[in-house]
Amino acid sequence: MSLLSPSIKVCSWTQEHDNPASLETYVANGGYEALKKILAEKTPAEQIVEQVKISALRGRGGAGFPTGLKWSFMPRNFQGDKYIVCNTDEGEPGTFKDRDIIEFNPHQLIEGMVIAGYTLGAKAGYNYIHGEIFELYESWERALGEARRAGYLGKNILGSDWDFDLHAFHGYGAYICGEETALLESIEGKKGQPRFKPPFPASYGLYGKPTTINNTETLASIPWIMRHGGQAFLELGKPNNGGAKLFSVSGHVNKPGNYEIALGTPFGELLEMAGGVRDGHKLKAVIPGGSSAPVLPADIMMDCTLDFDSIAKAGSMLGSGAVIVMDETVCMVRALERLAYFYFEESCGQCTPCREGTGWMYRVIHRIENGQGRPGDLDLLMDVGTNIAGRTICALGDAAVGPVHSFIKHFRKEFEYHIEHKKCLVGG
Amino acid sequence: MEKIALSAESRALIDLEVAKFPGEQKQSAVMSALRIVQTEKGWLAPETIEAVAEYLGMPAIAAYEVATFYNMYDLKPVGRHKITVCTNLPCQLQGADKIAEHLKAKLGVDFGETTEDGRYTLKEGECMGTCGSGPLCLHNNHKMHAHLTPEAVDKLLDELK
Ligand SMILES: Cc1cc2nc3c(=O)[nH]c(=O)nc-3n(C[C@H](O)[C@H](O)[C@H](O)COP(=O)(O)O)c2cc1C
Ligand code: SF4
Repeated sequence: MSLLSPSIKVCSWTQEHDNPASLETYVANGGYEALKKILAEKTPAEQIVEQVKISALRGRGGAGFPTGLKWSFMPRNFQGDKYIVCNTDEGEPGTFKDRDIIEFNPHQLIEGMVIAGYTLGAKAGYNYIHGEIFELYESWERALGEARRAGYLGKNILGSDWDFDLHAFHGYGAYICGEETALLESIEGKKGQPRFKPPFPASYGLYGKPTTINNTETLASIPWIMRHGGQAFLELGKPNNGGAKLFSVSGHVNKPGNYEIALGTPFGELLEMAGGVRDGHKLKAVIPGGSSAPVLPADIMMDCTLDFDSIAKAGSMLGSGAVIVMDETVCMVRALERLAYFYFEESCGQCTPCREGTGWMYRVIHRIENGQGRPGDLDLLMDVGTNIAGRTICALGDAAVGPVHSFIKHFRKEFEYHIEHKKCLVGG
Repeated sequence: MEKIALSAESRALIDLEVAKFPGEQKQSAVMSALRIVQTEKGWLAPETIEAVAEYLGMPAIAAYEVATFYNMYDLKPVGRHKITVCTNLPCQLQGADKIAEHLKAKLGVDFGETTEDGRYTLKEGECMGTCGSGPLCLHNNHKMHAHLTPEAVDKLLDELK
């Protein structure tokens, strides 16, 4: 299986080969063919955007925004510099798919970024890589070197009259830099504080120039789409949810890991691929799309298919496709306490509701967990959350509230028990 | 405060980073530059940060802002081996608490502390984007150790002289 045959594996196919990350493996299986064809035929940018639209590729970074539509926002006739930026700042708890693309299939991301650069008229591109996976920042730089030497990057790419280059950039410990405008600030050498929008990056992005930001998996899907056509990609998934997608499964399963499956696959099948709930235990709850996605109880989750629309209908989000599985031994108060701490710790501090509210929520959950909860605490938590959501510069505020509201909604009894009995309902 | 000079090695590495950006955007290299000098010196003293700022032609305060915002920069001296353990939910579910307890007991320090002999610093970390292989730790910011067990931790600690 490779890029040549339209297998279900769009991004993870190289792992079935020896030396998955090498340029040889990639090229021997159809890699860089899409780019060659585009440059040889001088494919008009509108045609590429059209194929991406047909594919119904939706952003893999969390928001699920249609990629073709996003690309069409870039000002075509703008004369100055433009940029393409890739978001590999994967730091959303539960998400670890982009790291695998960098580790095992770096050239498909490079080819995707080069095609994006060509289509959007960019002069250069940057890939922002999460600081904690520094070894992969180094390995991606090596892959860039290989691509440059082979003529896929730099001046006169593949003998054309077009120049374009790509560079790696690393974060150094700040979840908020995954937010696209914080990420741009960070590349500019500043604190990672999100910008007020509008203006959106398509008009005012990196260094104030028009910029498109996409997730790693989004960009790595582009060569497949250009090779097999937007329609073939769409047909891998279901209407409005084109393609296959990587799901990162963590927590209480026998085989945590990444699984690439068609959008629309029933959740039960993914759980089975991940070896099922760890031995002798029962499924209790699942966070289906990274820590910011509302938690769902087992029975609701087992009825879901894995696509943007089905998970949204069930009251959560597909997000980045990070599936955190919890069995019956999990104390939901303790689980929520850790997530609340994360958002408190990672708030950039610009907006009062987020800066103060995340700390407040954490302290209340912390006291409930430690047997000092008060009778009005759950209402207080709901209320603080309501006063954060929708009142902040970026979506981290909402992301912090989603877990709090959903944990209390679905597992209220456990929280009440903690407050009343000063101890845990799970395991005494 | 005494002025310090960046080493030739650091400057050469920083120059490679500066070359990635448009000529007037040298400040874009500050994240890498701070990482490069921290790796060489072990931590970022105020005069080190100022030397980086000066080298990149940016105000010292702007470099301080960056150094204080991102939590992998160390603004105080740390042990020769900094061990950062992720305790976020996915890792917690996969046993990170046990690993953290083991490390604390073995080293006799809490998170944020350094052993008396200056050999190890223990830190609590946030999501490292590698949850499927948790529990995890980072050694000196750059080397990840996955699938940790108490035995694997013992072995690692022995190797880090
Ligand atoms: C707090 C926060 C963290 C985010 N982290 C990431 C991330 O790690 N990776 C990512 O691709 N998108 C992340 N996003 C979403 C980005 O802002 C942006 O929507 C995305 O990179 C766009 O790419 P896509 O359309 O291809 O998904 C985050 C958003 C927020 C608010
Ligand atoms: S919502 Fe929070 S993280 Fe986002 S800009 Fe405001 S304070 Fe910063």
